[in-house]
Amino acid sequence: MNIYVLVKRTFDTEEKITVSNGKISEDGAEFIINPYDEYAIEEAIQVRDANDGEVTVITIGGEDAEKQLRTALAMGADKAVLIDTEDDLDEMDEFTSAKIIAEYLKDKEVDLILAGNVAIDGGSGQVGPRVAELLGINYVTTITNLEISGTSVKIIRDVEGDSETIETSLPLLVTAQQGLNEPRYPSLPGIMKAKKKPLEKLELDDLDLEEDDVEAKTQTIEIYLPPQKAAGRILEGDIANQVNELVNLLKNEAKVI
Amino acid sequence: MSKKVVVLGEAREGALRNVSFEAIAAAKKISGGGEVVGVLLGDAVQSLAEEMIHYGADRVVTVEHPHLKLYTSDAFSQAFMAVYEQEKPEAIVFGHTALGKDLSPKIASKLASGLISDVTAIEGEGDAAVFIRPIFSGKAFEKVKNKDGLLFITVRPNNIAPLEHDAGRTGEVAALSVDVTNLRTIISEVIRKSTEGVDLSEAKVVVAGGRGVKSAEGFEPLQELATLLGGAIGASRGACDADYCDYSLQIGQTGKVVTPDLYIAAGISGAIQHMAGMSNSKVIVAINKDSEANIFKVADYGIVGDLFEVIPMMIEEIKKIKTN
Repeated sequence: MNIYVLVKRTFDTEEKITVSNGKISEDGAEFIINPYDEYAIEEAIQVRDANDGEVTVITIGGEDAEKQLRTALAMGADKAVLIDTEDDLDEMDEFTSAKIIAEYLKDKEVDLILAGNVAIDGGSGQVGPRVAELLGINYVTTITNLEISGTSVKIIRDVEGDSETIETSLPLLVTAQQGLNEPRYPSLPGIMKAKKKPLEKLELDDLDLEEDDVEAKTQTIEIYLPPQKAAGRILEGDIANQVNELVNLLKNEAKVI
Repeated sequence: MSKKVVVLGEAREGALRNVSFEAIAAAKKISGGGEVVGVLLGDAVQSLAEEMIHYGADRVVTVEHPHLKLYTSDAFSQAFMAVYEQEKPEAIVFGHTALGKDLSPKIASKLASGLISDVTAIEGEGDAAVFIRPIFSGKAFEKVKNKDGLLFITVRPNNIAPLEHDAGRTGEVAALSVDVTNLRTIISEVIRKSTEGVDLSEAKVVVAGGRGVKSAEGFEPLQELATLLGGAIGASRGACDADYCDYSLQIGQTGKVVTPDLYIAAGISGAIQHMAGMSNSKVIVAINKDSEANIFKVADYGIVGDLFEVIPMMIEEIKKIKTN
């Protein structure tokens, strides 16, 4: 089975965000594999181990993203592809990313594509479904369980807390929701092996894409931090009085109950 | 230039969701005086059309088909594209709901358009409209504009105020017949787990528990408070990791991002990744034994104390004011 995983390098969730010169500052920040993509990688490895085949992880980014690809290889993926757009593109949006990934995948034999349901930075959750549509394959988002037998697929997906059981078939793209699995940590032998696994580097040229083909449809014109909240009120006195005061404040001052 | 804007309405348990009315308000702003056309897709949605008009839509197009009873991207995209072909709008607005998130990228890809997801505010009107959306789950914001061509946005529930309900407004309601075929997915079962029918992302009140809740049973008083306030229950990653509750309740940078009118954090310390998911709530109450807990930094009101003492007292106090 040919399995592809779409991954993104993102800021660690515990990072504070600062803005300098109109951009998110990356100084000293820790980067990780987008947490939802980790579920996708783990699931891909489990599906491969149960069905044979190969797991290829794909990312778009600069040279720095090689580290996250090596981590995915250390977890157990077989091959990695880094599509480096740093020299070619100043601006990208979800249209851009999806077009590039679909262009890479269009002549591959694809059985299953996995991705995170959303990246914790941009937060749009568009690229997976867009790629599926460009490839003309079906997709199911926010999945919490995946069972494959032959080309039949049974999925449980999370829909705002409810769960839906879905029957469909390969080829298919799915996006991972929390609860799908417990992503493994790379083992030491895994890390050693990962250094020798193939990591292909491509640029737009290699995909026969011109900059105009992938020009972003939207433009970010400003990035800013939310206003600092003024310090709140810590209530005082015995607990019963505090609760009484709180409920009064919520009713009469904040007017939310 | 004025724009014709199409808004997809969304029903839940037989009624339109609030986010649909908020989406109409967003569409009005984008339209710059142009026409706002509501769209309803389902197996029996005709009766909901007037409500969209009462909230500001100029007219409504409905597509009814047995295959549209439950959402699938195949069926809904076929129905929506038929409406698109008929109307040829200059802009599209969906709610940023499970359905909107799933369907909008497919439609945007079919139309080779941009898609500005999860919009929380709109500055300017008509062609000058600029869209504000959270990034890093609300740790920062960006202002985005559409370059040219079709404008397509999804709006986050609870952020854009709906227009005033006007039962006197009238408009045309027209049914469009669409042949929905070739579905690649079958939904064989739906299990409703959501509490009391109040969806976390749309709830006006969220009562969330953290590690301090100590067990699955510990969530019971929180649930009681949430029900009393007509709200939903949420949790921190710590509480989910410890198996006190389902991951579908997790609020944070991984998990759901919520912006209710009132967020009550009980036994939550306030890790950065949790705060990203709730710090834009309008009013935040923190209850924690540890006076140094980070959560107090974003709280409007804080009580340093044991949640198992405080929450039952709150329930009693609120019952009192409700009966008065």
